[in-house]
Amino acid sequence: MLKYILKRIGMAALTLLIIVFLLFWLVRVMPGNPFPSERMNAVQIANKRAELGLDKPILVQFYEYMSKLLQGDFGKGTSLYNGAPIKTVLSTCVYNSFRIGGIAILFGTAVGLLLGITAALNRGKFLDGFCTVFSIIGVCVPSYVFLIFLQYNFCFKIPFFPYFFDPDNFGFSCQLPAFSLSLFTISTISRFTRNEMVEVFDSDYVHLAESKGMYGRKLVLRHVLRNALIPIVTVVAPLIVDLLTGSLVVEKIYGINGIGKLMVDAIAGEGIDYNYVLALGILYSALYIGIMLVVDLLYGVLDPRIRVAAKGEER
Amino acid sequence: MAEKNMTVEAASGAYVPVEGDFELLHRQDLQVDKNFASQGYWKGVFIHFFRNKRAVAGLIIITVIVALAIFGPLMSRFGYKDIVQFRNEKNKRVVAKGISPRVPWIHELLTGEKYDDSFSEYTFLFGTDDLGRDLWTRTWYGARVSLIIAFVTIFIDMLIGMSYGLISGYFGGLADNVMQRFVEVANSVPRLVIVSVLAIFMPKGMGLVIVALLLTEWIGMSKISRAEMLKIKEQEYVLASRTLGAGHAHIIFRGILPNTIGPIITQVMFSIPTAIFTEAFLSFVGVGIVLPQCSVGTLIEDGFNNITTLPYQILPPIIVLALLMLGFNFIGDGLREALAPKLEDM
Repeated sequence: MLKYILKRIGMAALTLLIIVFLLFWLVRVMPGNPFPSERMNAVQIANKRAELGLDKPILVQFYEYMSKLLQGDFGKGTSLYNGAPIKTVLSTCVYNSFRIGGIAILFGTAVGLLLGITAALNRGKFLDGFCTVFSIIGVCVPSYVFLIFLQYNFCFKIPFFPYFFDPDNFGFSCQLPAFSLSLFTISTISRFTRNEMVEVFDSDYVHLAESKGMYGRKLVLRHVLRNALIPIVTVVAPLIVDLLTGSLVVEKIYGINGIGKLMVDAIAGEGIDYNYVLALGILYSALYIGIMLVVDLLYGVLDPRIRVAAKGEER
Repeated sequence: MAEKNMTVEAASGAYVPVEGDFELLHRQDLQVDKNFASQGYWKGVFIHFFRNKRAVAGLIIITVIVALAIFGPLMSRFGYKDIVQFRNEKNKRVVAKGISPRVPWIHELLTGEKYDDSFSEYTFLFGTDDLGRDLWTRTWYGARVSLIIAFVTIFIDMLIGMSYGLISGYFGGLADNVMQRFVEVANSVPRLVIVSVLAIFMPKGMGLVIVALLLTEWIGMSKISRAEMLKIKEQEYVLASRTLGAGHAHIIFRGILPNTIGPIITQVMFSIPTAIFTEAFLSFVGVGIVLPQCSVGTLIEDGFNNITTLPYQILPPIIVLALLMLGFNFIGDGLREALAPKLEDM
């Protein structure tokens, strides 16, 4: 098992390294200019390039960048925020995005599971239909549309919530974005939980457990839910990355100073900030690969069959 | 001649059999096996699909939206970038900025009075935006742009992903290993990162959206077609084809591909809403469609920017987006069920 885990971690690290190099190479080699060329003459651009070390060979640049990166230093931005160190800017944004995303994930998963279990237990009844309709709406309507709707009604028409995000008043102003972000999670999880549980309920071993006289919470939680959890984990993992990194649009709408907004600033402005694009790309990829790795290892915890298969693979 | 024979026979008194002489006994008790009657695969899929209410509803929704996206802009007398304006009696230019949705004759019918502004005879079903452009035209024009982007990219992605997956699965061994490692790496780059890197060296606009979608959506298709290939390539008919001397390309694309098409079509139906959604959010963020072109995403952004003054402006694009997602999801679900029916659904 340990060998299997180490192998997976090694693979993930290698993939990440390849991606970091690819991103670095693309950002540095592709045509384009990180500086607004209308406002600077050729000498100024050359000076600026030398200052940022862009005139060295790409492998040397990569080596320097990586050695800094491993110490947690992302370098400086080329145009955004007057070249402030990316690390300080990024830490604020990560903090904001992770707080809201974390709340959305916890809330979404809890409510989604609860809704899915309720629907599966009341199959074919009103609650089941309600859950189905809810999940269809949640999948079809993007979260930012919900946020626009909520913002218009509860911040503008009825001024109850603050119109924009305010880090000093986090508890109150995080509710609308976190809620609208969690809607997609709720609907996806509840739909999957319901379908998986209905399938597991029909399996032989559940019938056996029932015939032995097992019923109620113990049966549902220990026997049905645990087996239904495996496919659910697969669905939830990419959602977690999406939510943690913050939806671009939700952050733009609600004025949240998060990673998504930083990304928009970096790519949608006049000059594109290469170093921010690079730093954010690495952050996104690392998160994605990391969470996929955790999910892969979680399978082993959740499902002993996979543990056995992994052992067989080693031999 | 025959007539003559007949007359001879009739004359000789021979009996001419007619229909109704013989009757099958217990005709009404005969049972024809309709459930398990042999029928073509695609006919079965077709019947199963159309028995599914949701799938039919999805099909109707999509058909209506596509029809409106094609013919909708023609129904209005204003183009998608025309600013509605004319000169009034004092020869002053009047622009129809921010007019709320209205149909003059309905208004007259309900209130008994005409509009008293300069645009009294014009119909604006969805209203006009802050610059004075007709939102009916713009909404359907935007839907058209979004649909074209989605269809084109997903079609190309289907071709790429299908070929990639089939080839990878067919040859196996080292080729498969290398190709799958590549997919693994490609799959672990988030879409947003691809978009942001692309934005460095591509001009913002439709091209960026299309390339970003091209680079991401083929992966799912390749996975599915590879899995199908692994299932099918062990079957006897493939071996027979190879024994008869068919080349690899013939076996892959003529022999096996038609049998993998079902799951791929389902995947296409789920990829189209993803593409529409991605396009909408890229346009909303500002790296997608550029003015004066519009798509569902830019329309939602316009609506959001003016939401406190012209709240009705955001509704049509949102509803169109939601219905598109709903329709394609329903069709995809229906197709999946029709292609792989479970016993309980029979």
